[in-house]
Amino acid sequence: MKSTIVATVPPALQVDDSAPGDRWLTVDMTVNGVPRMLRAPAHRTLLEALREDLGLTGTKHGCELGECGACTVLVDGQPRLGCLTLLASVEGRTVTTVEGLGTTAEPHPLQVAFVDRGAAQCGYCTGGMLLTAAALLADNADPTEAEVRAALAGNLCRCTGYASIVAAVRQAARMVAGGASHPRSGAQG
Amino acid sequence: MLHLPSFRYLAPRSLSEAVGLLAELGAEAQLLAGGTDLLPLLKRGQLSPRYLVALAGVPELSGIRTAAEATVRDGSGLTLGALTSIAELTRQPVLRRHFPVIGHAASLIATPTLRSMGTLGGNLCLDTRCTYVNRSPLWREAAGDCLKCTGDVCRVAPGDDRCWAAVSSDLAPAMIALDAQIRIAGPRGERVIPAEALYRDDGLSHLTLSAGEIVVDVQLLRPTGVCASYMKLRPRASFDFPSLGVAVALRMAKDECENARVVVGAVASRPLRIAEAEVILTGHVPTAERLSAAADAVHRAIRPMDNVDLPPGYRRQVARVFTERALQHALRQVPARAGANGALTPGRQN
Ligand SMILES: Cc1cc2nc3c(=O)[nH]c(=O)nc-3n(C[C@H](O)[C@H](O)[C@H](O)COP(=O)(O)OP(=O)(O)OC[C@H]3O[C@@H](n4cnc5c(N)ncnc54)[C@H](O)[C@@H]3O)c2cc1C
Ligand code: SF4
Ligand code: FES
Ligand code: FES
Repeated sequence: MKSTIVATVPPALQVDDSAPGDRWLTVDMTVNGVPRMLRAPAHRTLLEALREDLGLTGTKHGCELGECGACTVLVDGQPRLGCLTLLASVEGRTVTTVEGLGTTAEPHPLQVAFVDRGAAQCGYCTGGMLLTAAALLADNADPTEAEVRAALAGNLCRCTGYASIVAAVRQAARMVAGGASHPRSGAQG
Repeated sequence: MLHLPSFRYLAPRSLSEAVGLLAELGAEAQLLAGGTDLLPLLKRGQLSPRYLVALAGVPELSGIRTAAEATVRDGSGLTLGALTSIAELTRQPVLRRHFPVIGHAASLIATPTLRSMGTLGGNLCLDTRCTYVNRSPLWREAAGDCLKCTGDVCRVAPGDDRCWAAVSSDLAPAMIALDAQIRIAGPRGERVIPAEALYRDDGLSHLTLSAGEIVVDVQLLRPTGVCASYMKLRPRASFDFPSLGVAVALRMAKDECENARVVVGAVASRPLRIAEAEVILTGHVPTAERLSAAADAVHRAIRPMDNVDLPPGYRRQVARVFTERALQHALRQVPARAGANGALTPGRQN
């Protein structure tokens, strides 16, 4: 299944001249396991493309300047800030958003642990926390508290529920060690 | 929401193509590496280039070219491509072994995710910063614009006709302390300069790169025998740019310091080498009194401006303390390295 989506842009931008370089780009990528082709202006960020063109609003707009981590997604399994990633730079890559981490029926162990521990309050930072933690666990199956804190040092929680977030990540690690499965985890190292 | 302004995107596939494009497009083009410094500036309207030239697909800029371990010891060096990620600098075994100060300084940059996005070249070339300019357009309009954007006065020092925005790279002081060499490609070919010569003390244009030039790689030429340290001051232990960075490097021969580098970042538009402190240390046994005198020299030499986080008087005090601590830390690395033969110069170490 392959869908082509053309971003909606103001008419002013659609005028093209013959100067070098591209004002519009066509980008092929795989998002949460589904191949996608997007046609968008060169200045489209991955965050805008995910939310506005693909309707995946689990990835949040926070500061938009790299200062909060709310927009974190995985690109080829590695955490990336959607707000500072040009759509053009993910050509041919695999993107995982929080929607691709697990489903209501089949949640990721991190999602189960976050619910158990009450690790989400308003929930705005949660998607970014989950994906950053998923990449950590793919790399380090049994992180210490200090390692969890260090890995999440770029994800701010304005509700400041850090203690339960850290506890939830460690609980998820124990769940995985005890045999819980990763449904469709995009964080394969 | 903060959107990027529109631009034309170019993705050269080789260094010569990139250099050619820059020559053709001129001042309207801006290089893009990891984008973690440039994209926020574009979003805040501090810059509006017509073209972005993405370097990610330029193979000549990537990779750490480790001469074989033995050659590194000989002093012929290690080459770090400009596209090497900051995270890679913290992990690379050869670097950790021979130049631990680079990995340490890299580990203090921004956040884990930004470190895996940001590059060495982008870090060395990142724009100077100031609390009056790294702001939303609305804020800047309300405060009144300044020299670095569209205004005609410096808000920090209104009497001066220059910009004092602070050099904010954490790697630059450490690279200068290690006498790193920077290879640059441009329309007139290649040149290699000491890291120190990449900078000048002008907040509006703090790099000495001329039009169309690209940083290709960084060469670390003196592997062993040098012990170094970097200390960074910032409000939070994550995210924040340096309010102060102090890098020191000492080359010891027996008990004497043969050569010293003391470099301070974030207190001027370029990283400052403190010659007076270096002279106090060079050719002497580094006693506690000498370290303290060198730290006093740093305190005397710097004049931080009130344009980055934390008050200038405090930063100046801390510069004194950090210099002394960084020197002590560097010296603590000596015995382990010197081992039985005592000498630390590259030629004499096995
Ligand atoms: C929230 C936040 C916190 C940060 N904290 C720190 C910090 O604590 N310390 C720190 O040092 N930095 C910090 N940064 C800045 C930045 O993340 C890093 O310095 C990073 O290494 C920049 O690299 P980049 O590849 O992303 O640069 P880019 O944004 O791609 O480029 C930066 C500049 O360098 C130029 N450039 C890039 N590559 C080359 C090249 N090869 N030759 C010539 N010019 C080039 C670009 O044109 C641009 O002007 C922070 C950024 C954010 C958003
Ligand atoms: S130092 Fe002065 S001119 Fe430079 S950015 Fe700050 S206020 Fe503007
Ligand atoms: S929205 Fe991307 S880091 Fe805040
Ligand atoms: S739960 Fe509200 S910001 Fe983290």
